Amino acid sequence: MKESTGYKVFKCFNMMIMFLLMVVTMYPFLVVIAQSFSSEAYIVAGDVSIIPRGFNFLTYQAVMGDRMFWINYRNTVVYTVLGTIFSMMITMMIAYVLSKKRLLGRNALLFYVVFTMFVQGGLIPNFVLVSRLNMLNTMWAVVIPGALSIMNVLIMKTFFENIPVELEEAASIDGLSQIGVLLRIILPLSKPIMATMVLFYAVGYWNSWFSAFLYLDQRELFPVTIYLRNLLAGVTGSQNVMAEQSIDNDFRISANIRAVTIILTMLPILTLYPFVQKYFVKGVMLGSVK
Amino acid sequence: MESRTKLATLTKQASKSAIEKKTFLQKIKTALRKDWQLYALIAGPLIYIFIFRYIPIVGNIIAFRRFSPGGSILGDEWVGFHFFRMFINDASFWNAFKNTFIIGVLTLLFTFPMPIILALLLNEIKALRFKKLVQTISYLPHFLSVVVLVGMIMELTAANGPINQWVEWVTGERILFMQEAGWFRTIFVTSRVWQTTGWGTILYLAALTNIDPTLYEAAKVDGANRWYQTVHVTLPGIMPTIITLLILNVGGVMAVGFEQILLMYNPLTFATADVISTYVFRVGMQANNFSYATAIGLFESIIGITFITSANLIARKLTDRSLW
Repeated sequence: MKESTGYKVFKCFNMMIMFLLMVVTMYPFLVVIAQSFSSEAYIVAGDVSIIPRGFNFLTYQAVMGDRMFWINYRNTVVYTVLGTIFSMMITMMIAYVLSKKRLLGRNALLFYVVFTMFVQGGLIPNFVLVSRLNMLNTMWAVVIPGALSIMNVLIMKTFFENIPVELEEAASIDGLSQIGVLLRIILPLSKPIMATMVLFYAVGYWNSWFSAFLYLDQRELFPVTIYLRNLLAGVTGSQNVMAEQSIDNDFRISANIRAVTIILTMLPILTLYPFVQKYFVKGVMLGSVK
Repeated sequence: MESRTKLATLTKQASKSAIEKKTFLQKIKTALRKDWQLYALIAGPLIYIFIFRYIPIVGNIIAFRRFSPGGSILGDEWVGFHFFRMFINDASFWNAFKNTFIIGVLTLLFTFPMPIILALLLNEIKALRFKKLVQTISYLPHFLSVVVLVGMIMELTAANGPINQWVEWVTGERILFMQEAGWFRTIFVTSRVWQTTGWGTILYLAALTNIDPTLYEAAKVDGANRWYQTVHVTLPGIMPTIITLLILNVGGVMAVGFEQILLMYNPLTFATADVISTYVFRVGMQANNFSYATAIGLFESIIGITFITSANLIARKLTDRSLW
């Protein structure tokens, strides 16, 4: 097939745009990586961009030698695992029941659930509730109040609805109870959607910081995102009016420390991402089906 | 005669509704007998939703009642619209209101078209491996925690950071980006574009693969070049997706990235950076005016609901496509 010269020129431009896009996307990562391996003196002098200067592992040793960093890192792992299990359980239970089209009262239940997707309580009423439940400064404050994503319920419900009814009918004739059908028939058939949901929730918990910021004030309970946030707050935040004069000092203390903490915080996501990317894409597509 | 037939129909109706009532009760009974396991399965989650979703909605009542830390969760005494009158006369609130709107509109203006453009450009790449690589890399920022994102912004814009190395090379001076109110919106919107563009292409790319290939064949026969095919086949093909996402985005225009702003701003940049939700956070969590903060938060969510409903209504009037 013949292509016009105009289109050939366009294709060249397009390639260039794509390369530019990749460079722009990767640039911040490269900068942070370079800073994490550089020595302070070069960073302060403004000599580090994407190539490390004064290459060393000392900053990694310093951050990884901090006991609190590991306590917070372990907290993130614990919150992510527990939170994901809890979220998956309630999401699955709601989605399965709502997928039964013949169930009496299904529409009322559906409304009850979906209503909370559009109308939400807001910051202060949530805080008041969590404090009255005596959940402040417990890990439950991070794991439980925000555990449910209605969007995920709807995605999973759609998936369940598309499983042939005949399978379930055959199973119940064979004497399986309804919960048995869920455990033995539906769940094994739903592995792809389950993987997607687990990843959605797990990334959400891993990355979250605000509920911990709101509900926790003991350092031993912080997730690693708060550890990082507190490092960053050395530069911005309320004491910052003074930081204007001393910005160079502040920077000298922690630029590479911050870079290392940034990298260690996102490391699990970066390493897993290439392998699980397709599940995320699948999840987005399923979510778009009305 | 006439009245007698009326009476007859009335009794008939009455007995009919009695039968219906009975069958309705029976229906419940049979449903409970048959599906009790399903109801049992959902009972726990329903209680969860009641506690953690409905109680906070009702908890907004403290916007109209004075709340004291030791007192009732629903406040102690009615004060009517006292707290609403308070924020209407509060200059900080109006500053936050203005900023919310400006940041929201700027974010929409820049983050909405970018994925469409990128999807169209990606669609022209026939080398599948290369396309896959571009996609994989451009999706990546979406998965970063907002704390990591802000950390990266700070490293890039630091006084000795790489951006300032360029700035110094060109102008001879360095800019304290994070300390200057004039730079906040630029930095914020740029970072939103960086984080959302790649991931935003997914739905458009899916819509692109669903376009009937015979349409392109027909266009070629009519002598349309690639550009005309894009304008007359591709764009109309993804228009429904564009409209749906536009409604969602316009509806959420006031829902600016609260967590990111909270991490990024500081007193020096409040003039351009403080938005309603960050103001609510400061009033409530730092100054402990729970009722006042709730009133502002309630006002914000009412604006939010109004926006999404109007966007939906306008879309239905203009394009006969809407979310509901």
